[in-house]
Amino acid sequence: MEPEVLEKKTPFWLDQKKRSVICQIAACLFVGIIGWYLVSNATENLERQSIATGFGFLQKEASFEIGESVISYSAADTYRKALIIGAINTLKVAVIGVFFSIILGAFIGIARLSSNWLVSKLAFTYIEVMQNIPILLQLFFFYTLFYDLFPSPANALHPLSWLFISNRGLAVAAPLFHPSYKLVFTAFAAGVVIFYIIKKIADKRERRTGKIFRVFYLSIALIIGLPIVTWVLTGAYFKVDMPVLSGFNFKGGIVFSPEFAALVSGLILYTAAFIAEIVRAGIQSVGNGQKEAAASLGLKKSQTMGLVILPQALRVIIPPLTSQMLNLVKNSSLAIAIGFPDFVSVANTTINQTGQSIEGVALIMAFYLTFSLITSYFMNLYNKKMALKER
Amino acid sequence: MGWIKKNLFSTPFNSILTVITLFILLKTAPPFIKWAFIESSWFAESEVCKSGSGACWSVITYNLRFIIFGFYPYEEHWRPFTSMIILFILLYFTKNKKYRSKRLLGFWIAGLPIMGILMKGGIFGLTPVNSANWGGLPLTLLLAVFGLAAAYPLGVILALGRISKMPAIKALCIVYIELIRGVPLISLLFMSSIIFPLFLPEGVTISKIIRAQVAIILFTAAYVAEVVRGGLQGMDKGQYEAAASLGLNYYMSMRLIILPQALKIVIPPTVSILISAFKDTSLVVIIALYDILKTSQTVLSNPKWMGFSSEVYIFIAVLYFTGCFSMSNFSRKLEKELDTEKRFNEK
Repeated sequence: MEPEVLEKKTPFWLDQKKRSVICQIAACLFVGIIGWYLVSNATENLERQSIATGFGFLQKEASFEIGESVISYSAADTYRKALIIGAINTLKVAVIGVFFSIILGAFIGIARLSSNWLVSKLAFTYIEVMQNIPILLQLFFFYTLFYDLFPSPANALHPLSWLFISNRGLAVAAPLFHPSYKLVFTAFAAGVVIFYIIKKIADKRERRTGKIFRVFYLSIALIIGLPIVTWVLTGAYFKVDMPVLSGFNFKGGIVFSPEFAALVSGLILYTAAFIAEIVRAGIQSVGNGQKEAAASLGLKKSQTMGLVILPQALRVIIPPLTSQMLNLVKNSSLAIAIGFPDFVSVANTTINQTGQSIEGVALIMAFYLTFSLITSYFMNLYNKKMALKER
Repeated sequence: MGWIKKNLFSTPFNSILTVITLFILLKTAPPFIKWAFIESSWFAESEVCKSGSGACWSVITYNLRFIIFGFYPYEEHWRPFTSMIILFILLYFTKNKKYRSKRLLGFWIAGLPIMGILMKGGIFGLTPVNSANWGGLPLTLLLAVFGLAAAYPLGVILALGRISKMPAIKALCIVYIELIRGVPLISLLFMSSIIFPLFLPEGVTISKIIRAQVAIILFTAAYVAEVVRGGLQGMDKGQYEAAASLGLNYYMSMRLIILPQALKIVIPPTVSILISAFKDTSLVVIIALYDILKTSQTVLSNPKWMGFSSEVYIFIAVLYFTGCFSMSNFSRKLEKELDTEKRFNEK
């Protein structure tokens, strides 16, 4: 006798496979219909307002000035060039910001762990205050600091012989370029490459024979000594371009505008607070047992740090650190609020002048997305390399 | 004495550090205290202030109502004020474990529309106030409270979608989360303020505040989703299997077994996301909404009060700090309350 219960078919809304297919089709349809509805509205509206679509406007004359740019630019150039300058400005802020915020953040993170009560509490206060105040407010604050509180260029603050702080920004002395510097840079690069090769060979030999080859002094000789020797041999040219007050502003040296100085200092001080917490957590994540195990193996303090603690702490530190760097890059878009011509700010001017709002915002999004995607690609590579190898 | 020796002068290096830090503190703190408290004027007119050497807090006391309420009609200020009081009372009771119950949820559900009616008016004889005139602290709180309250559940749903076994839904969620997390909030705010009106059919308009609110919600939700996904993936597989073997369906197993545990372990990162969402509400300044940062800047652009930016910004910073700090305190408390494992250990 056939058991009849088995013959009964499950109704399709209780069949998990069919249900999941239906769910997915419904979700896709839902998203598709909303997308189609919005796009059709947009095309209709654009037609009615007779706004041309497409990126043709990039070739037109921008006819607005940009306060500061690394490459030469005038209002007669195209929107494309204006946007490129915005992108370069963003990159400039990002590179300087990331570099200094990591240094400051690591410093504060270590201070937070200090056995000195005063230092540790001071670091704690810094972290709490900075983390709990919006970055935009801090940027406004630094910006007005430059404009309201600092003196005019004529009586600029002059704490170091090569630094002038005034309400026109920071003026810093810069070494003048000389053709022989090219050789010095080549020597530096060569030193790094040679050192890297020797280090690889030494590591291999150490693994094979157990003989340790001290590379520390060699590294100094190669990376610092080689360029210095080249510099001396090529005539030891050194001249500094000092900022000099002329008229209402400084000439010569490198002058950072108040907008740039406010943006970079605000981003650095804000991000450093977050990096400090990451560094602290990373160092604390390495258990005491690891230190004791290293000591019982007879490793020296420097070896313990380099071979045992840092590799483990970095595994914890690097992923959140990269996301903080990305945050810094994304926060640099707040430049628009204080008038620094970064990518968003230039794109915004472009939108206001051409009315190409969809293209403009799309460009902004694409610009930052590229950043994020490239970073997350490298992060994945890193994670794969650093993933715990369980044996 | 022993404490000082142990914590400040334990090693030569520590002693040097202590001396340097003390020196810096002595150099900076007394002038600041002198500026902020001793030589400051709290109720003086701006002319008196400008001649003084201390902080001029009267820029705030004189303009307090504008900073807090923005362009809301002057005679109606009691309405946003009452709304904020209701909000603070509700928050206070929510903070306390004793009062957390179904009834409190009921009060919330009743309270939110009351606040909305108070703000908007139009019925019960209240003069209608256009949302374009909303501003100041009520606007900041509105963006924050609704932003956080809506972003959290949306984020949880997105996280569940991202780890779901259905490829199409998973792909949609991944694209959404990564897209949003890859761009700055400003670009979304631009989108809401300049592009979104283009996407609506002719004649339909949505208030700028609501558009900004939606942008903040969509943005925060993507970040919440990533945090919650971390919690979901950190769950033991046995929990899923146990739920399945009890015969629970997907909804029940998530609702009763998985989510309560997963959400609990990600409380600290979730709260830090919510804190940054709260701070990020200040970005609406850029699309010219009059939140508390913008109203205070408006005060500063008045020639009478120009040049007192430090005082105003410090005041706003203290407000934000209080908000963020109490949020992180609350998260620590919540973590302790929900720490079920500890209870078992004590037995």
